Amino acid sequence: MPKSKSAYSIPTKKEKSDTYIFVVWVDNEAGVLARVVGLFSGRGYNIESLAVAEVDAVKNISRITIVTTGTLQVIDQIKLQLTKLVPVHKVAEFKREDKNVIFKEMALFKIVGKKKKMEKCLNACKKFDLVILDETKTSKVFQITALRRQIDKLSKKLKPWGLISASRTGAVAMTRGAKIFN
Amino acid sequence: MSKLYTGAEIVFKCLEDQKVEHIFGYPGGAVLPIYDELKNHTSIKHILVRHEQGAGHAAEGYARSSGKPGVVLVTSGPGATNVVTALTDAYMDSVPLVCISGQVPTHLIGTDAFQECDTTGITRPCTKHNWLVKDINDLSEIMHEAFKVATTGRPGPVLVDIPKDIQFAKTKYKKPKKEKKLNGKSNNKFSQKQIDQLIDLLKNAKKPVIYSGGGVINSGPKASDALREFVELTGFPITSTLQGLGAYPGDDNQFLGMLGMHGTYEANNAMHDCDLLINIGARFDDRITGKIDEFSPNSKKVHIDIDPSSINKIIKVDLAIVGDVTKVIGKVNKTILKKKNGHSRSNKSNISKWWEQIQKWRGKDSLNFVNSNDSIKPQHAVQRLYELTKDKDTYVTTEVGQHQMWAAQHYKFNKPNRWMTSGGLGTMGYGLPAAVGVQIAHPEKLVVDIAGEASVLMTMQEMSTAVQYNLPIKIFILNNQYMGMVRQWQELLHEKNYSESYSEALPDFLKMAEAYGCKGIKAENPSELDEKIQEMIDYKGPVIFDCHVDPNENCFPMIPSGKPHNQMILGPNDQEENKIKGKGKALV
Repeated sequence: MPKSKSAYSIPTKKEKSDTYIFVVWVDNEAGVLARVVGLFSGRGYNIESLAVAEVDAVKNISRITIVTTGTLQVIDQIKLQLTKLVPVHKVAEFKREDKNVIFKEMALFKIVGKKKKMEKCLNACKKFDLVILDETKTSKVFQITALRRQIDKLSKKLKPWGLISASRTGAVAMTRGAKIFN
Repeated sequence: MSKLYTGAEIVFKCLEDQKVEHIFGYPGGAVLPIYDELKNHTSIKHILVRHEQGAGHAAEGYARSSGKPGVVLVTSGPGATNVVTALTDAYMDSVPLVCISGQVPTHLIGTDAFQECDTTGITRPCTKHNWLVKDINDLSEIMHEAFKVATTGRPGPVLVDIPKDIQFAKTKYKKPKKEKKLNGKSNNKFSQKQIDQLIDLLKNAKKPVIYSGGGVINSGPKASDALREFVELTGFPITSTLQGLGAYPGDDNQFLGMLGMHGTYEANNAMHDCDLLINIGARFDDRITGKIDEFSPNSKKVHIDIDPSSINKIIKVDLAIVGDVTKVIGKVNKTILKKKNGHSRSNKSNISKWWEQIQKWRGKDSLNFVNSNDSIKPQHAVQRLYELTKDKDTYVTTEVGQHQMWAAQHYKFNKPNRWMTSGGLGTMGYGLPAAVGVQIAHPEKLVVDIAGEASVLMTMQEMSTAVQYNLPIKIFILNNQYMGMVRQWQELLHEKNYSESYSEALPDFLKMAEAYGCKGIKAENPSELDEKIQEMIDYKGPVIFDCHVDPNENCFPMIPSGKPHNQMILGPNDQEENKIKGKGKALV
């Protein structure tokens, strides 16, 4: 970029970015997801994955899990900006490396090909809570749950063995032990 | 069984219960049921504007000068999109607005119906919150909550979108609930411990400065009183942002003037060199901080703000106190008085050297300009306007540009809520409709819009509104035939390439005044200026004042090109000196 002639200053110090997981409890009402997502896009924050569903039908509460990256200052801002939204009840955020929190993502894989290669695929996925959902002579649909980067690796590995379609959820998170988010 | 009301009736019952006296609006197909109901509610006066943006700015002027929320009523589609600029403006400057918009009937939503638009979608990023009312039974609660959200915490605009069939549908009316908690959205969470920490910092400071902002105004007149007491108790110098002007008296000796891009030399240098910076209700905007990396490098920083997301957003601070300014500063003052047992003036000797330094900076006289006998200098015009109106409790609005900065520099405000300007969004065309709103709120007061000829043409149609309601607003146009601030930047930063900043075909403002049915006054010569300004003040009715000023004047001082506070360009006198040293050129 050429030297700025405007009054805006370009920051010279670069800070480290980390991956964080936000869990947001919101009123399950029309437009609430747009408010949350719009806040991210409008303020230039990044969304790596997103999972949302109603978790309390009586109180009408949905739980949104967002994976994002940012400097500590940006992560702080995201939390404070989210908290300001009227339908947002509470916000919790965790570093991806946090040992006290479980993160899981689910993926559906469809494999088409010869039996041998399909076997190879199933073997590779065994340790990720493999569930076979559909089988024909030439195809298999199965489900795994794992971490994001494990699924990334697997889908790369399975491609040459006949993986023709993958569908993935965003990450969801839960604390270990008896403690809950507050 | 209690009585059933239509949606339109419920809207007015809510407005009555919220003690609304004025609404600014423009009718159209999708709000006709609400307009039909207007005649039955005599306590509410409707002000018919000429463009929905004007309604929004008028409501802003009303809100900022009175402390009450401004209410806007517009139709669907273009009505709603026209008001978006004003909503964004109010969002940036934290002005409480409640905008009610009509919408096409529920069954037509999503069909690209006539005058349909996704109003809640469009206004989502420029309101604190908005609602599309899909069920008549929700209407009264939503209306009451709208007022609550707009006026609590950090104030801001909200929008309620009401489909036409909901305006006709009937249900029972629900009164506002008493003190419902808004998910902890209103913040007053500070502790005595934080106050004590602040007091410790105050005690040890050798080079302190207070930097106050619009939050003090928004917190109400009591906040200004508390601020004045705080400044008196501490003896500290105080500077203010554009939006904070008036919270502390502009002619007081402890006041350093405005800070920031066009702030005074003493204010900006004090910010840069201080060892304790106390931000009260301001937000470290980029026009204030200059270059972030070199912003006030050696100071401990304290930030008092009602909005937790303002804290550490741009500048990391050492002590953050989240709360309402009135409450926080009130508590600080009490604690100071208690600790000192009444000997409140003891630590002023600590900072006497600092004051000496500030006096040296003041000696630069950075707002100075070279006056002329041949042409009216815009700064001189603002100074004369100030001198001739200062005893009148005058309300001033502005448009955006050079004239706005000159007004901020040379008009001294002594009371809060007297200065209405578009700071965050910088909306040209804000001042005239805002003046309409201010005059509605204060019918007996003198209201002046210090304007530029380019800005004021953007919303000139609202003169019609002023004439219709006989609002004696004074439109004081500093006419330099240029988009002055654009021209200034092109001169200083773009090699004098004045691309599209000259107004080729300006209207004759005298004839324009005549066409609108108000008075026109023109001044071209410094010798006639006072007399003409007096004529404007004395005239009982709206006036367009065409003040021809020197077209080449620039607004100084100025912090250029992402520079820190201590590298300012000063006015022509100083540049003359610097030229010899070759320093001035290097800075530009």
